Amino acid sequence: MTIAAPALDGPLTRLGRALADGWTVARRDLVHWANQPLTVVFGAAFPVLITLVFGYLFGGAVDVPEGAGYFTFLMPGMYGMTMLFGLTITTTAVTADAAKGVTDRFRSMPMAPSAVLVGRAVADMLNSVLMLAALLACGLAVGWRPSDLPGAAAAVGLLLLLRFSLLWVGVYLGLLIRNPGGVTVMQTLEFPVGFLSNAFVAPSTMPGWLGAVAEWNPLSSTVAAARQLFGNPGWGGGSWIAEHAVPMAVAWPLLITAVFFTLSARLYRRLDR
Amino acid sequence: MLVARGLRKTYGKHTALQGIDLDVGRGAVCGLLGPNGAGKTTAVRILTTLLRPTAGRASVAGYDVVTQASQVRRSIGLVGQHAAVDELLTGRQNLELFGRLHHLGAARARARAAELLERFGLDHDGPAGEYSGGMRRRLDLAAGMIVDPPVLFLDEPTTGLDPRSRAEIWDRVRELVSDGTTVLLTTQYLEEADRLADRVCVVDRGRVVAEGTPGELKAELGGDRLDLVVLDGERLAEAAAIAAGAASGPVETDPHTRRVSAPVAGPKGAGGVRVRVLTEVLAALADAGVEVEDVALRRPTLDEVFLTLTGGGAADAARERAGSPERTEEGVR
Repeated sequence: MTIAAPALDGPLTRLGRALADGWTVARRDLVHWANQPLTVVFGAAFPVLITLVFGYLFGGAVDVPEGAGYFTFLMPGMYGMTMLFGLTITTTAVTADAAKGVTDRFRSMPMAPSAVLVGRAVADMLNSVLMLAALLACGLAVGWRPSDLPGAAAAVGLLLLLRFSLLWVGVYLGLLIRNPGGVTVMQTLEFPVGFLSNAFVAPSTMPGWLGAVAEWNPLSSTVAAARQLFGNPGWGGGSWIAEHAVPMAVAWPLLITAVFFTLSARLYRRLDR
Repeated sequence: MLVARGLRKTYGKHTALQGIDLDVGRGAVCGLLGPNGAGKTTAVRILTTLLRPTAGRASVAGYDVVTQASQVRRSIGLVGQHAAVDELLTGRQNLELFGRLHHLGAARARARAAELLERFGLDHDGPAGEYSGGMRRRLDLAAGMIVDPPVLFLDEPTTGLDPRSRAEIWDRVRELVSDGTTVLLTTQYLEEADRLADRVCVVDRGRVVAEGTPGELKAELGGDRLDLVVLDGERLAEAAAIAAGAASGPVETDPHTRRVSAPVAGPKGAGGVRVRVLTEVLAALADAGVEVEDVALRRPTLDEVFLTLTGGGAADAARERAGSPERTEEGVR
């Protein structure tokens, strides 16, 4: 059988082909999961484990307003943290593909150049949806409850919006550092960045300047908005940023996406320099 | 099929390619021979659209590599250390993925993957990361051949492979060439260029330092060498003098290994001359009563090729490679 490359003007439009190629690249990750289901299981189990450790070991030591259980506060914080963990998942995948030559293989083929980034985005969003679903189930199991469904859906939407914005930060950092070893450094920084927020404790309990930094952490806006929309009690706080949690949970990710999507696309196009 | 003119690539102050010209006709195999860091891979990356040249132009299958990159990508296959397969996918999953990305459609991609798996003997279900070196390289080769590309780039296709796997890859490449595929091959091994290429460009420090058929190059390089190891180190000088009588150039001696190495160039195409020289020298040594422990007639190693071509300019590279087990030697023990 002799196979010639199909003609340039196929039945698919350019956009259609770009989307089809993007999906083909994303499917590669789904096949990875099917080949190595344990990786997916452990990936989803990690935030669940952290949640149980914090909830049962540290939870008793935290004063929770309105007499609610600590899990009621912890869960929206952990949902936000899980979105943050997605950052290293993305960066790891991007650096691994670059280091192993998979990115170059794709770039030498007649596929839509955008497919590499689109595929990464689709696969990582699906992965985060799975992780979030596992953690929501864990939350329900330990007694956390959202007050109503539309609010819960909006909260999940905002969490995934944050994840989507961090995706481009992850792609940018992956293209920038290139070296898979560098990802370890990022992983080390992820926890402090996550802790420097309202996810686990009230920023008002931190030293003044540190509390302000924590309140302006984009993760705090998403977590505060999620608490509000889930109908769970929040830490309150009278600052402007704390009082505009929902609009800021939309604004931050849009800003991050605008900046880092542009940077990522530019860096990707410049791989040939 | 492949033309390059004054191809340059600089990274800041570092110059990877200093202006390379190439002409490879349809169905020909051109070998780029050079040590690590010579610029071979940079050249391949430019010709496969992965890298933009700083200056100069190149076309592959009639398309400009910068302005018509997507047409070039439809005409090439890339096999090499830098364009790998996905290690978490099986061979079949990899080939199906690449077939889909070549827009063959799901059914044809599946059929093509099955065909290539059989042809390259890759019927194995584990992830590609667990393949042996030879299998892995055959999978790379198959991945570069999804659409029977008119031009195939082989970037060091056998580096790090054991001799048997290397011979296997060479057989596959010869099959492709006999089907009319145009090939640009990069290699560190003189022997590989010798076996596969019609023409060889010797690359060093970003420029082509010699070009010709393998036969022409070898003749130019002073031909073969006669190596002798004498039993008694005291008689090394005596043996060197006898070898010098038959040598075509300066004779080198090494007291540590009690080795004498003499270039023995014959006229072009006179393969018998070197063997005659060998018998003459051995006879003369026997007459003088110098006992010989080991004798070998061999082609020059890549180190010697570079030393000759660059007048010692690539001595660093050669020193780095000295003692590497991958030398091209035909020993007579």
